[in-house]
Amino acid sequence: MAPSDPDSALKILVIDENPIRRAIIEAGLADAGFTAVTVLSNTMRLIDHIYHLDPDVVLIDLENPSRDVLEQMFQVSRVVRRPIAMFVDKSDTSEIKAAIEAGVSAYIVDGLKKERVKPILEMTVMRFHAFNRLRAELDEVKGALKERKIVEKAKGILMKSRGLDEEKAYELLRKTAMAQGRRIADVAQALVSSVDLLKE
Amino acid sequence: MGIMAKGMNGGEAQEVHAGFIPLADCAPLVIASELGFDRAEGFKLVLHREVSWANIRDKLDVGSFDCAHMLAPMPIAAALGLGRAAGSIIAPMALSLNGNAITVSLALYDEMLRADERATLAGGMRAAKAVAAAVRARQEQGREPLTFGMVYPFSCHNYDLRYWLAAAGVDPDNDVNLIVVPPPLIADALKAGRVDGFCVGQPWNTVAVTEGKGVIVATKSELWTLSPEKVLGVREAWADRNPALVAGLIRALVAACRWLDEADNRREAARILAQPGYVGLAEEVIARPLTGTLICGGRQADVVDPDLVVFHRGFANFPWRSHALWLMTQMIRWGQVREPFDLKALAEQVFRTDLYRGAVAAMGVAVPAVDSKREGADAGSVFFGGEMFDPGAALVYLDRLVIRNAGTDLNAFSALNP
Repeated sequence: MAPSDPDSALKILVIDENPIRRAIIEAGLADAGFTAVTVLSNTMRLIDHIYHLDPDVVLIDLENPSRDVLEQMFQVSRVVRRPIAMFVDKSDTSEIKAAIEAGVSAYIVDGLKKERVKPILEMTVMRFHAFNRLRAELDEVKGALKERKIVEKAKGILMKSRGLDEEKAYELLRKTAMAQGRRIADVAQALVSSVDLLKE
Repeated sequence: MGIMAKGMNGGEAQEVHAGFIPLADCAPLVIASELGFDRAEGFKLVLHREVSWANIRDKLDVGSFDCAHMLAPMPIAAALGLGRAAGSIIAPMALSLNGNAITVSLALYDEMLRADERATLAGGMRAAKAVAAAVRARQEQGREPLTFGMVYPFSCHNYDLRYWLAAAGVDPDNDVNLIVVPPPLIADALKAGRVDGFCVGQPWNTVAVTEGKGVIVATKSELWTLSPEKVLGVREAWADRNPALVAGLIRALVAACRWLDEADNRREAARILAQPGYVGLAEEVIARPLTGTLICGGRQADVVDPDLVVFHRGFANFPWRSHALWLMTQMIRWGQVREPFDLKALAEQVFRTDLYRGAVAAMGVAVPAVDSKREGADAGSVFFGGEMFDPGAALVYLDRLVIRNAGTDLNAFSALNP
């Protein structure tokens, strides 16, 4: 979308406590030509912020308990002693479903046309999916790293207590795992936990 | 687990996905899953912990969940199209009664004591009048109005708090500010002075007292004994396709509720709920409201009340249509719904007593002979204001209320509610 497009003036508020995801969404909105974007990392005085910013669209991740604070705006004409524009979601059911499954929810100021919001929603949902994949990969890497550390620790214990060299220590772990039908990392974890227990 | 998860026909048990909010009264779902009441009925509960009621509504709506731990007004709000539009949600049983409490900041507690040094007396009304005096004193001094927190617009907490304030002559829409604060943030909001008091479910009141940030001045069980709180919300389309499963789900949860109402089991329940995947707070703060002893802080006497939260006894699981009707009167009273509708028809559509009766008939659980009762009319159901709610004359009840939203035209409702 060209920056000259009138929609670049749409005021968008992004509420996300996760700094990486927040940056991804912010960059996505900037790439799409939206310039009036505000990001909030915490939800202190959320209603006050919304009053001052007067956004057209609010994007909030589903991990944020302050979603219920936004819900109140549907209902209450007098949350603070000033009026707040009513927010409703004009998306169709499939769009709402896609957003919820990706982990994000949108609130859209009453009267704003559906077509104007659609590119924002689609981009956000895509980036949330990308972030979810990134997080899953990161968890996997972290898990693998942790397992390697545990195996190293277990090897060290065996080397010290049984006088084995490193290769023999690993061989013992591997054979034990095979005999028990377990993963090497699990056998190593069991050994490390037992030793920790005995120390206490 | 592998064997237990098999269904009665030897295949894998069907999974039922259920959302819950980490509160003491999510216990029926947690206990049904932990103690295997689900597997005894041939299905497997998969629990999803959520952080907001909006998530619960949306994930139930889009089919991420089949059912959920819900605030009793939520299925009614969905049917009325209030808030974000959602498909039909029905309540085939109630999960718990009571359970909430009203907590005030130490500063407001001092103001209340200055207004009435006996504000500490139990019962709720004396405390409400002391708050009313504090409200008036602030108005006379030109100070900022008090701000109260609750958890969701369509919650019993909202209506409990409003009912309590209005009973003492405080107009909750004009004399004070009411805001939503998520429960995990509410004790800190109290300490920081962003709210002066709140109504929330347990164990969050006890957390505020334990951390020295607040004083409990009233319990829901005092305001209205055996009053509605959480229901099982089920997506109607899913219930229609899976009638046997829904019946099994109701029976499993009723069995869990019956287990939970054995006084000897409440400690064990607190131990289970304390686990990080469930409520994830100290066992002791969960145990106090569950075992019926509440330390209230300040000069307040401890509240010893086995009815602080009720899971089964006294027909607690029966989805009383009179409860639904009372909740609808509150939505009208506070201007949440202006468009006239047929209250009785909506209660019948959402609070599915037929599904409850059908499901529990096989397990020998007693059911009431009627679907509605006059609330406040007997020892089992008492309003602290002494009034009575006749579900057959809901508009008459509304009309008698002095404090209510001025924009609502009750005559327009009369045409649809003869």
